[in-house]
Amino acid sequence: MRVLLIDDEKELVSTLAERLSFRGIDADWTTSGKEALEKLATTSYDIAVLDIKMPRIGGIELKRMISRQYPHMKFIFMTGHGSEEDFKIGSEEAGAEYYLVKPVDIEELTQKLKQIMSQQGGLQ
Amino acid sequence: MSFIKKLKPDFWDYHDIAADPHKRLFNFRRMWELTVFLTAGVALIPLITLAVVDYHVTQRAVASENLLRTARLVSNIRRSVSYFFEERRAVLKFLAHHYTFAALNKRGTLERLLNDLNESFGGFTDLGLIDSYGYQKGYAGPFDLLGVDYSLQDWYREVCKKGIYISDVFLGFRHAPHMVIAVKRSLPNGSFYVLRATIDTMKFQGILSGLEMAGKGDAFIINRQGILQTPSIYHGRALQKLSLPVPEYAPKTRVFETKGANEVPIIIGYRYIDNTPFILMVIKQKQGLMKAWRETRIELLIFLCISILVISGVVIWVATYLVNKIFIADQKRIATLHQVEYSNKMASIGRLAAGVAHEVNNPLAIINEKAGLIKDLFVFKKEYAGDEKLLGLVDAILASVKRAGTITKRLLSFSRHSEVRIQHIDLKELLQEVLGFFEKEAEYRSIDISIDVAPDTPLIESDRSKLQEIFLNLANNACFAMENGGHLNIRVAPEGLKKVKITVSDEGCGIAKQDLGRVFEPFFSTKTKQGGTGLGLSLTANFVRELGGEITVESELGKGTTFTVILPVAIERKEGNNT
Repeated sequence: MRVLLIDDEKELVSTLAERLSFRGIDADWTTSGKEALEKLATTSYDIAVLDIKMPRIGGIELKRMISRQYPHMKFIFMTGHGSEEDFKIGSEEAGAEYYLVKPVDIEELTQKLKQIMSQQGGLQ
Repeated sequence: MSFIKKLKPDFWDYHDIAADPHKRLFNFRRMWELTVFLTAGVALIPLITLAVVDYHVTQRAVASENLLRTARLVSNIRRSVSYFFEERRAVLKFLAHHYTFAALNKRGTLERLLNDLNESFGGFTDLGLIDSYGYQKGYAGPFDLLGVDYSLQDWYREVCKKGIYISDVFLGFRHAPHMVIAVKRSLPNGSFYVLRATIDTMKFQGILSGLEMAGKGDAFIINRQGILQTPSIYHGRALQKLSLPVPEYAPKTRVFETKGANEVPIIIGYRYIDNTPFILMVIKQKQGLMKAWRETRIELLIFLCISILVISGVVIWVATYLVNKIFIADQKRIATLHQVEYSNKMASIGRLAAGVAHEVNNPLAIINEKAGLIKDLFVFKKEYAGDEKLLGLVDAILASVKRAGTITKRLLSFSRHSEVRIQHIDLKELLQEVLGFFEKEAEYRSIDISIDVAPDTPLIESDRSKLQEIFLNLANNACFAMENGGHLNIRVAPEGLKKVKITVSDEGCGIAKQDLGRVFEPFFSTKTKQGGTGLGLSLTANFVRELGGEITVESELGKGTTFTVILPVAIERKEGNNT
């Protein structure tokens, strides 16, 4: 079970990946949509955690592109912008499993990822 | 003074504290003055001009009418007086021609003729017959004048020369005014005789005294030396000298104005009576004649004054009313401009806050993750684990990040809504969020803030950002009022089933009683010196009304102020209002 973290802020996304690995989650990271698509072409991932606001390819657009190619993948959105309420509505419309407001609570993210994994594991 | 103050319209001493040349289009006082003077001028100048012209024209007309009337009167009296003399002269002439000297001189004839004359005409005192030598040959009358020689007397010479003589008035033996008429009859043989009659003037005094004249009018006769021949009412008795000069000779009736005794203006009409030594005079006092005209003038003058007062009053009232309307409209216009400016400013501040919050959020997130990683390292790596001090430090960093995160979230939430959006709102949460902004300031100024929300308070349907601004403004005012600290209490409780009541009470300086009614008026401020625009409470009241609520204020100087906001639980839905 592999997780791909996508956020234009390298310092943030790399640290998040490292912290997840302490919690037993295998996470990779990229800093743009383009890189993410390249990575997906070579490696298989189950869950993508992505920032909604990114330069060039935004989170929601990227999610659509990935879903089209890899329909089995699940998504968690992050944002540092707007109210939770707006964000929740936006994420649900885009078809995300969950949403998080920055600064991200690592325990919440870990718990959510594990929850999705167990559901997928159950299905498999 | 206070009465004048009450009369003074609002715009009179108005100075907009936030005046700037683009916003202030009108000088209301000048507008009022211009309107009043122009309108009053256009209305009153023709009226007053008309009154003045009318006054002079009618005065001249009445004066000339008086002269004309006097002239007519003189002519009429002259005709009567002339007729009187003409009649008597004619009758004497007839007698002289009809009877021969001998027939007249016959005993009893003169007596009979005197009798007949008195019966037919009246006023004859005696009759005398004088021969060409000047001796009175025959006489009928009360005196013994037979044989008197008149040959050297002036009247006899004149009658011999002119054929007729009319004397001045004299008192005579009986001390009654008399006059003499004598006619001469020339005979074919060159000799002549004279018939002479004495006439009592009472008879022709009757002609003059029977006249009724306006304006202390007086009609009398003088001789050419100015001796009164008939008594006058105001100018002396008969045979006295008239105080006025004898008017110069004129062949026709003449009227002129002059000054009489005591400088009183009078009108004199006169006529020299032909073939007599008499001048007929009519004197009237001008003031008396103008009396009726003056009374009418006074009535008109009173009417004019009342008209001027009424017109001025109406002009002032209309001008005040209209300028006041413009003033109110202008106030509303400026208030709207300020409100738009305020909204724009708030929107700009919102955008700025959102930008700042977002920009700060990213580094915060990184600090959070880095600190989180350090903590993870302490927890998961054995070589770092167990260092309580380091762990404590990391926890402190994380706690600060969390706090900073709360602030940025609050800023974002506050700045986000610019359009009206109705949602269900928990007032307690909202008030805590708003008062969060004052936490630090309250601490520095030792203001104690408390929020009491009744447990049965329902969620209300309203616009979050408007509510935030309402309570932000009220809390801001309260903090401003409490310079030396105090207690700010916000109490929320349901008011019936459909309303919620929120009271914001402070222990500040309070509001003076006379200002209490005006606090929600735009531009009313007691903080102008400290930079207040006087718009805060006016906008607050506007927002409350927009949300379908109402706001009231109670205050006591030195004790504190309580604002009460009552909001509906559910907003009334209007057509086209998408929520």
